[in-house]
Amino acid sequence: MANRSDILSRAQRFRTSFEAAGAVLVEPPILQPSDALLDLYGEDIRARAYVTSDALRGEQMLRPDFTVPVVQMHMREGAEPARYTYAGEVFRRQEQDTERANEYVQVGYEVFDRVNPAASDAEVFALITLQLRDLPLRAICGDIGILKAAVQGLKTTDLRKAALMRHIWRPRRFKCLLDQFSGRIDVHPSRQALLSTEGCVTGTAPEIGKRSSVDIDARVEQLRADAQAPAIDEHEVAALEALLNVRETIPFAIEQLRDVAVDLPAILPALEQLDARANAMRARGIDVETLEFEASYGRTSMEYYDGFVFGFYARGRPDLPAIALGGRYDALTRQLGQGSEIPAVGGVLRPDLILQLEEETV
Amino acid sequence: MSLKLGVPSKGRLMEKTFDWFAKRGVTLSRTGSDREYAGRVDGIGGVELVLLSAGEVPRELAVGNIHLGVTGTDLVHEKLARWEQQVEEIAPLGFGHADLILAVPQFWIDVETLDDLDSVAAEFRSKYGHRLRIATKYHRLVREFLTDTGVADYQLVDSQGATEGTVKNETAEMIADITSTGETLRANHLKILSNGLILKSQATIWRSRVASYTAEEKDTLKQFIQMLSV
Repeated sequence: MANRSDILSRAQRFRTSFEAAGAVLVEPPILQPSDALLDLYGEDIRARAYVTSDALRGEQMLRPDFTVPVVQMHMREGAEPARYTYAGEVFRRQEQDTERANEYVQVGYEVFDRVNPAASDAEVFALITLQLRDLPLRAICGDIGILKAAVQGLKTTDLRKAALMRHIWRPRRFKCLLDQFSGRIDVHPSRQALLSTEGCVTGTAPEIGKRSSVDIDARVEQLRADAQAPAIDEHEVAALEALLNVRETIPFAIEQLRDVAVDLPAILPALEQLDARANAMRARGIDVETLEFEASYGRTSMEYYDGFVFGFYARGRPDLPAIALGGRYDALTRQLGQGSEIPAVGGVLRPDLILQLEEETV
Repeated sequence: MSLKLGVPSKGRLMEKTFDWFAKRGVTLSRTGSDREYAGRVDGIGGVELVLLSAGEVPRELAVGNIHLGVTGTDLVHEKLARWEQQVEEIAPLGFGHADLILAVPQFWIDVETLDDLDSVAAEFRSKYGHRLRIATKYHRLVREFLTDTGVADYQLVDSQGATEGTVKNETAEMIADITSTGETLRANHLKILSNGLILKSQATIWRSRVASYTAEEKDTLKQFIQMLSV
C-alpha cells in the first residue's frame, strides 16, 4: 500500500504539471460553511459530508470536494479567463461501504473560460488523460447538456418540463414523472378525486404551518390546468428513452443521437457541441474513435455537472471508485455567482488509487 | 462470565418485556430501590440483566457491551449503519408496534402522495426561499427513504419530542415520526401520506454480532434461545 508521503508527493507532481499547463494554485480552507453545500445538494450532503459546528460560525463541513469553494472564490475575486489547480484532502462520510476511504487526496484542474467551451472540455480531458497514460483504465464520457436539451424540447407544458429538469439527476423519479406525463400510468385516485372538484376546496381542517391556503388553492388551480394539457407524445417519449440508452463509441453515438434528433430536433445544437468537442479532442491527440459515450453517464451522484462529463475506471476492478472524473458545471457558477456566471469545466485525480493500480500492475 | 441481556429500564416497554420473558419461564425483575437500575434473572443461570434506556440498547449491542438486547426496530435501523452486520434479529416480540411515517397538515388537500410532496417542496422553496422543513428525530431513516424515493428540496430539523406540535409552531412544515394509533396526529391536524410509510417497527430481541462470547456464554445463549423457543 502506498503511504501518505508517497501519495502527497505524487499529488505534488500532478499539481506541478497542472501549473505548467497554466493553472494558478489555490488552497481553499478545509472547513466550509455548510449553507452553500446544503443549498446545492440538499439534505443528501449530510450523508456524504462530515458536519461540525461552533457557536460563532455555526455549521461547518469538512470539504467534500474542491469545486464548490473554487467556484465561490473565482466568482468573488477571479479574473477571466482563469485556470486553477489544487491538491489536498477531501472528506467523505461512509455509511455503507467500509472499504471506501473517508479521507483522500484529490488533485484538480479547473478552467473558467467563455471563449470556446468545446476546446476547454477537450483541454481538461486531454490533460487528465495525459497524467493517466500507461494505466489499465477505461474512460467513459457523457453529456448532460443533450439530456437537458431533449427535455426542454418536449412538446409539453413548462410546468412538466421544469419537473423533469429538476429530476434529471434522480433517474427513478425522472422515469416516474415521464410515465405520468405521457399517460402510461393512471392518475393516482387521490389526484383524480381532487380534480373532480371545482372552485375553492380548502375545507374544514384548521390552517396550520407556514404553507398557506393561498398556496394550496394556487396549486389546485395549477393541477386542474395541467390535467387539461395533452399527454406527452409516445414518439417523443420513445425518442427520449432511446437517447438515454445510447452506449457507444463516440462516432457511433453521434450517429445514433442524430437518429434520435429526428423526433427530438431540440437536441441538434447540443449534438453540434458534442461534435465540436470530439473534433477538439482529436486535435489534442485523443483517440475519439474508441472513446466510450454513455448518454446516461453522470446522472447519479454528480449533481452539479450539466454538460460534458467524464470518468476513468480501473479495468477489471469494479470495486474501485473512479480514478479520475470531471465535467462541465456552468449552472453551478450561476448558482454560486450571485448574478454573474461563466462557463466552467474541470476534473480531479485520485493519486492514492493511481499508486495502488501501479503497484498492482507491476 | 455471564451473558448480558439489555432491557428497557422503565415504562410499558419494560413491563411488557418482563411479561414476554415470564411467559417463557424466565423471570426478570428489578432489585433494590425504584431508582436503582439493577435487576435479576430467575429461571436460567448465567444470564445477567442490564437495565438501560431503549435508545441506548442499539449502541450497547454494537460495541458488544451486551450480548442480547430488547429495543424497537426503528431505533436499531436509525442508530446503526449497516445494522445487519452488527446485530442479528432473534425474534419480534409482538408489542410496541409503531410506524415511522411522514405526515402533513390535514388542510393540505393537494398532498396525498410522495409525488405531491416532492412537487410542493419545489414550489415551497421557490416561494419562501428555504427548503420545506420536516421535523424528526429519525434523521438517517427519513433521509434514506426520501433519497430512495427521489424527493428533493426538503430539510430535516431536529425534534426530540412533541414533534406533532412543530407545524403549528411553524418550526417545520411537516413531520416524520412514530405513530401507533394516529390519534396524536389527528389531534394535531396532521394526516399520513398514502405512500409515506418509512418503517414498521416493533419491540424485538437482538443479538450482538460484535460481542465476544466465551464457550460458557455460547452454551448459555443456546439454552436461552431454546427456552424462548424462537
